[in-house]
Amino acid sequence: MSREKKEEGNRSKDLDKALESSRRDFIRKVTLAGAVTVTGGAAIYSGHRFEKEKHREGYVKVLTEDNRLVEIPVEQMRDFKPDLKMLQTRGREGIPGRRWVMVLDLSRCRNARKCVEACQGAHHLRPYEYHINTLVMQESANTPAYFMPKPCQHCDNPPCVSVCPVDATFKRQDGIVLIDNERCIGCRFCIAACPYSARIFHWQEPSHNEADKDKEYDVELNVPQKKGTVTKCLFSADRLREGLLPYCVSACPNGVFYFGDENEDAVTNGTTKETVRLSELLEKNAGYRLMPELGTKPRVYYLPPKNRIFEFEEGEKREYKEEKA
Amino acid sequence: MDDIRFSKPGEQGKINSLAADILKNVRINTGFLLWMGFLGALLAVCLYAYTIQLREGLGVTGLRDVTSWGMYIANFVFFVATSLCGMLISSVLGLIGYKWVKPISRIAEIIAIAFAAVAGLVIISDMGRPDRLPYVFLFGRVQSPILWDVTVVTTYFVLSLLLWFFPMIPDLAIAKDKLEGRPKFLVKAYEILSFRWMHHEMQYRIMGQAVRILLILIIPTAFAIHTVTSWLFAVTPRVGWDSTIFGPYFISGAFVSGAAAVIIAMYFFRVNYRLEKYLNGEVFERMGRVMVLVAIVYFYFNLNEFLVPAYKLKAGDAIHLRELFTGHHAMLFWGIQLFGLVIPTVLLLFRQIRKPLPMMVISLFVLCASWLKRYIIVVPPQAHPNLPVQNVPIEWVVYKPTLIEVAVTGASIVLVLIIITVLSKLFPVIPIWEMAEEHEGEEKIIQ
Repeated sequence: MSREKKEEGNRSKDLDKALESSRRDFIRKVTLAGAVTVTGGAAIYSGHRFEKEKHREGYVKVLTEDNRLVEIPVEQMRDFKPDLKMLQTRGREGIPGRRWVMVLDLSRCRNARKCVEACQGAHHLRPYEYHINTLVMQESANTPAYFMPKPCQHCDNPPCVSVCPVDATFKRQDGIVLIDNERCIGCRFCIAACPYSARIFHWQEPSHNEADKDKEYDVELNVPQKKGTVTKCLFSADRLREGLLPYCVSACPNGVFYFGDENEDAVTNGTTKETVRLSELLEKNAGYRLMPELGTKPRVYYLPPKNRIFEFEEGEKREYKEEKA
Repeated sequence: MDDIRFSKPGEQGKINSLAADILKNVRINTGFLLWMGFLGALLAVCLYAYTIQLREGLGVTGLRDVTSWGMYIANFVFFVATSLCGMLISSVLGLIGYKWVKPISRIAEIIAIAFAAVAGLVIISDMGRPDRLPYVFLFGRVQSPILWDVTVVTTYFVLSLLLWFFPMIPDLAIAKDKLEGRPKFLVKAYEILSFRWMHHEMQYRIMGQAVRILLILIIPTAFAIHTVTSWLFAVTPRVGWDSTIFGPYFISGAFVSGAAAVIIAMYFFRVNYRLEKYLNGEVFERMGRVMVLVAIVYFYFNLNEFLVPAYKLKAGDAIHLRELFTGHHAMLFWGIQLFGLVIPTVLLLFRQIRKPLPMMVISLFVLCASWLKRYIIVVPPQAHPNLPVQNVPIEWVVYKPTLIEVAVTGASIVLVLIIITVLSKLFPVIPIWEMAEEHEGEEKIIQ
């Protein structure tokens, strides 16, 4: 009994407490809502004022190269196209912190020649002018034949760069060997010096020059091509600047090409987009480089043509006819 | 050359008779004009071929990516080689003290000047962008052997020019009063170029010293031009060029072609200028011996260059040497070695052969073979690169010089002939005062 009374007394006390607490809560909420309304209103107002100021009639804010925010009249705005000098400067510097490297898995190459076509399309070359060429190789009579795409090896000790008399061909910090066709005098000493026959010369007017004549020359693309100068594979330096894989790497349907950064020890397959460790790939597949005895230290690695899942078929012989001027 | 006594009385007669002999050819006659007209016309035709090349690009030549250096470069090497004769005759033989080279030293210098000057032009004809020639000086990189070549060929040309001109100043002074009936401009030119030379003993001493310095300087320069030219090939990792003896191999070959050019010129001046008295049998006899010596040295280097790799037959060498010994270039290779080196050397061992006419004929063979030898050195090593040549038009695989290439090469040879003609027709081709000194020194009438 006494226990029941006690419970009743407790209940009425609880009720009081609850009422008290809900009142306090209400006051707190109202105050909060008021504060929010005021600050929000103020913020919107100031935002509105800021916006009004920002859209000052005929002005636009621009971030400059040295990180300053400035305002310039809209009528003074011009579309920016990098000029020759800028393209040459950045083309010679290369991309800091990178050491580009290519790996070609010869066990997958079936001579589709998509790499060749993509490259020739991008660099405005004729069907018999190669930055990359797929060759039929055979080491000796009793070893099997295989296909080998052969781009410029981008040697770390490039014989072509050593012999150039005018600094037209050069080695960049990211490992790429490029040619400045606005500098090249056409002596072809580099062609004589290259043990990989990676370089070609424009013996006649390049094929696309009529259409390209208004284009600014890009040293990272070698377009427009220049008659009387040397050109060769650029590791698609223009694509790398945009964070894309080279033309040949992306075009391969058979997963032959891996491309990446030696500093990151990672290369990405152009077909499967799978990224693997460079060191592991080379180690597991016995990677090698062409003519290591010459000491040229190529940046292109090959994986031997072992365990091929297809027959070696040379296909029909293509005929190449020189275009006459 | 140090003790020149020239103002003695009684010497005047000797000089007069010498001057009369030598200066009788210094005139502008119909023969000269016809010859120059012929050369000029030929040059115009050949230069027209070059304008086609300028317009269309190097595609008008037989050169392609596989063989990208051809006739032009071979011709360049030949020109540099032949120009070395100036150093061989005047410096090497002159400094040793051989007096018999005096009548032919100026001929050798003229040949050296002509070939060295045109060698520079030949290399321009091989450039894809000749308009960018100034870049070599604006952006030149000292690592490149081409820079070394440009430097030393220019230096050699200037030294040869000085070496031709300095000892000629007294001759011009002697000759300027003896040029009756010659065009006014020539007399005037002699007056200006003789710098009022007074035949003073002091003048001779100073000139003697200057010439001596030049003779010494030109030896390392001449070695440099041809060593560096050989390095244009030897610094590349190509089979056939990748040789450590290319420097001395080229230089010994240069002496052979240089000596041959001098002998041909000697014969020409002897017969056409009627200078038998000075370019006499003895001078020919001695040049024949020089030829034998340099040819044997060159043979020795050939033996090293071909026999050693042929013994080992490394994969690349085997392909290259098979092409030379039994393949595509075999006829040319053995023809050059036999008719341009071995047989001439053997023939010239006989005194009866060391006479002007047979020597001139032999030298023609040697000189032509020298040109072809440069072709054999330059072209075949490119035909078989390390990686196979595939998927290219058929005309890219084998190099065949085109008519335009032949014509442009012809232009360079015509230009050499023009320079030699002008220098030898408008100026005394045999040193007058040096020969007079010779007469006095040895008291012996030549012939």
